[in-house]
Amino acid sequence: MDTLQTQQVTFKVFRFNEETDYLPYYNTYTLDVTHEEVVLDILNRIKWDHDGSLSYRRSCRHGICGVCAIKVSGKAVLACKTRLFDMIDVFGNELVIEPLSTKRAIKDLIIDKKDFWDKHAAIKPYVEADIAEHPAQENLVSPHDAEKLLEADYCIQCGACHYSCPSLEINEQYFGPAAFAAAYRFAADVRDNASVERLNIVNEEAQGVWDCVKCMECAQVCPKEVNPIEKITKLHNMIFEAGVAKNNVATRHAVGFAHSIDKHGLLDEGELVRYSEGNIGVMKHLPEAIAMWKNGKIVMPWNMPKSKNLDEVKKLIKSSSTVKF
Amino acid sequence: MEKLKYALYTGCTARESTPELLKSTLAIADKLGIELVLLDEATCCGASHLQDYDDFLSLVLNARNICYAEKLGLTMVTICNTCQLNTAMTKHRLDTNPELKARVNAKLAEVGLEYKGSSEVTHFLYALIQDYGLENLAAKVQVPLSQFNIAPFYGCHNIRPSELQNLSNGGENPYNPTSLDDLIIACGGVNVDYEEKNKCCGFHAELQAPKTAAVLTGNAIAGAMDANADWMVTPCPLCHLKLDVQHHNASKAIGRDVKLPVLHMPQMVGLALGCTPAELGLGHHVTKVDFV
Ligand code: SF4
Ligand code: SF4
Ligand code: SF4
Ligand code: SF4
Ligand code: FES
Repeated sequence: MDTLQTQQVTFKVFRFNEETDYLPYYNTYTLDVTHEEVVLDILNRIKWDHDGSLSYRRSCRHGICGVCAIKVSGKAVLACKTRLFDMIDVFGNELVIEPLSTKRAIKDLIIDKKDFWDKHAAIKPYVEADIAEHPAQENLVSPHDAEKLLEADYCIQCGACHYSCPSLEINEQYFGPAAFAAAYRFAADVRDNASVERLNIVNEEAQGVWDCVKCMECAQVCPKEVNPIEKITKLHNMIFEAGVAKNNVATRHAVGFAHSIDKHGLLDEGELVRYSEGNIGVMKHLPEAIAMWKNGKIVMPWNMPKSKNLDEVKKLIKSSSTVKF
Repeated sequence: MEKLKYALYTGCTARESTPELLKSTLAIADKLGIELVLLDEATCCGASHLQDYDDFLSLVLNARNICYAEKLGLTMVTICNTCQLNTAMTKHRLDTNPELKARVNAKLAEVGLEYKGSSEVTHFLYALIQDYGLENLAAKVQVPLSQFNIAPFYGCHNIRPSELQNLSNGGENPYNPTSLDDLIIACGGVNVDYEEKNKCCGFHAELQAPKTAAVLTGNAIAGAMDANADWMVTPCPLCHLKLDVQHHNASKAIGRDVKLPVLHMPQMVGLALGCTPAELGLGHHVTKVDFV
C-alpha cells in the first residue's frame, strides 16, 4: 500500500452570514492534509471537527452537479475535484478559501447565483423546433452534426468561468462566458430554429460578445474544458455569416483588420481607430494621439511600413475570404 | 554556447506605435550575441479580432507568416503576447487537424508556399529564459537594477490558456507565473508581488468597451503602486500601450490618480546590460522614464 504523504496547510476561510453580519471575516484553521484529499474533504473536516456552522454547497462529489465551485487563493475550482496537493504546488501552504463571488455571499461559501441563471435564461437555453405532435420517427442528429456543438453541452453550470470573468466583474450587464457557451450550444444545434434570434441577443452592445476582453481566463478555469472563448469566437463568426452584424464600432474594429492587411500587410493602427470610430468618434482619442505623436509613436500615412511580397497577401485575401460585411 | 538564431516576427506595433520595442529587442540581441532575422514578409496576425470576422482567412495569413520562418529553418520568436497567442494557436490547430491543414495549404499553394509545421513559435521572453538561460544572462549584467522595485505585468496572451502556452513557455502556471519575476531578479532588480500581475489590462475591448478597459488598466497600475513598485515591466506592446498611454483615462475610470513608468521587457534587460537610454528608445514613452 502507498504510504500517505501529508503536509501542513493553513486555511483562511471566508465567513459571512447575511442575516447577522455587517462585514465578512476570515477564520484560520491549520490542518494536516494528505495527498489523497480534495478541497471538499477539508471543508467537511472543518465542518465536522471544528465548526459545524460553516456552510457550503456540495452534492454529487463527482464533478457533475457543479454546485461546489468556490475560489481557492483566487482560482475558481470544483471543491470535489481539486486535489489539495495541486493547490499547494501553485499557491504554497497558506490557502485562502472564498466563495466564487464575495459580493454575492449569502452564507460563508454559498452565493446567490441569480445573475448567472438570469443570463442563462436570457439566451434561450433550449431547442426551438417545430415538431409534429405525434412524430412518426425519432428526430435524429447525426454524429457529424453533434460534433458541431464542440462539447459546449459539457457545461455543468458551475459558474467558475462566470465569476472569474473580468469583463463581467466590471460590467454587470455582460452575459459572461457560460451564457455565451450555452448560446452557442443551441445556435449550433441543427434542429434549432431560433438561431438568428439568439445571435441578435448576444450581438447587443454591453451585454453581448463584443465586450469580451479576450483574457482567456474562461478557457483556463473551466473544469469541464468547455472553452467558452472558443464559442464566443464562433458566435462572432455566426453573427457575420448570418448577416446580422450591426455597423458599429465593434464590428468595424474586427473588419478593419482585413482592410488594413489587404492594403499594407501590417495593421495601420491610426486608420483602424478612424475606421472603427468614424470621423467624429475618432476625435475623442485626440489627447492620446497627440501625446503619442509627440513621442514618435504615430506613423504618418506616407511612412506606413508594408509587408514584403504584398501581392501574395492580396491574392490570399481574395481567395481565402469567407465572409462579407 | 552555440550562437542562438531566430526568425523575428515583429508584429505591427513594434514597427509603429512602440518603435522602442523593436529597437531595444535588437539592442539586447546584439549585446547577447543572439542573431535575429527579421520576417519582413509577415503580416499582422489579426490581433485576436480578425478571426472574429473571418476565422479561415486569419488561419491562412498566420500560417503564411510561419511559412517564412520555416523557409529559414528557424524557430520563430515573437515580441508581442497577442502575436504569440495567434501564431501558436494557428500552429496548434493546423498541427492537430490534417484536414484543416490541407485546406489552408491549398490556399497557400496559390502563392507557392506550404505550411509544414516544422518551426516552433515562442515569445522572446521564453527564448531568453530557456535557450539563453537566466544564469548566462545574469553573468552579463553590468548595471544591476538593485535600487528598483519592479512590478512584472505578464499580459494574458503569454500565459493563458496554459494547454496551448505550455508548449512554449516552460510550463508557466497562469495563476502564479514566475518567468518575468525570475528575469527581474536575474537583472539584479527587486520583483514586486501584486494581485493584478497576471490579470488583463483590457486592451482588446478599448474601443468597444472603454470603461471596462480603463478600469482594468487602472486596477493594474494601482496594484503595482500599492505594492511600492517604482516601475512596471511587460513583455507585451499592447499592454504597454495601455499602461503607458492610457493612464489618464484609467485614473478617471477608477477615481484615483494612477501612473507609473512602464518598460518593455527588452528595455529592462537592456538597462541591466548597460545599453544607453537612446539605444533602448526610452524617449518614446508617454509616461516619462525619469529614473535613468
Ligand atoms: S475571455 Fe472574455 S468571456 Fe472569457 S473570461 Fe475573459 S473577458 Fe470573460
Ligand atoms: S463553461 Fe465550464 S466553468 Fe463555465 S459554467 Fe460551464 S462548466 Fe462551469
Ligand atoms: S497582435 Fe498586434 S502587434 Fe501583433 S501582429 Fe497583431 S496587430 Fe500586430
Ligand atoms: S493583458 Fe490584455 S492586452 Fe495584454 S495581452 Fe492580455 S488581453 Fe492582451
Ligand atoms: S459536488 Fe457536484 S460538482 Fe462538486
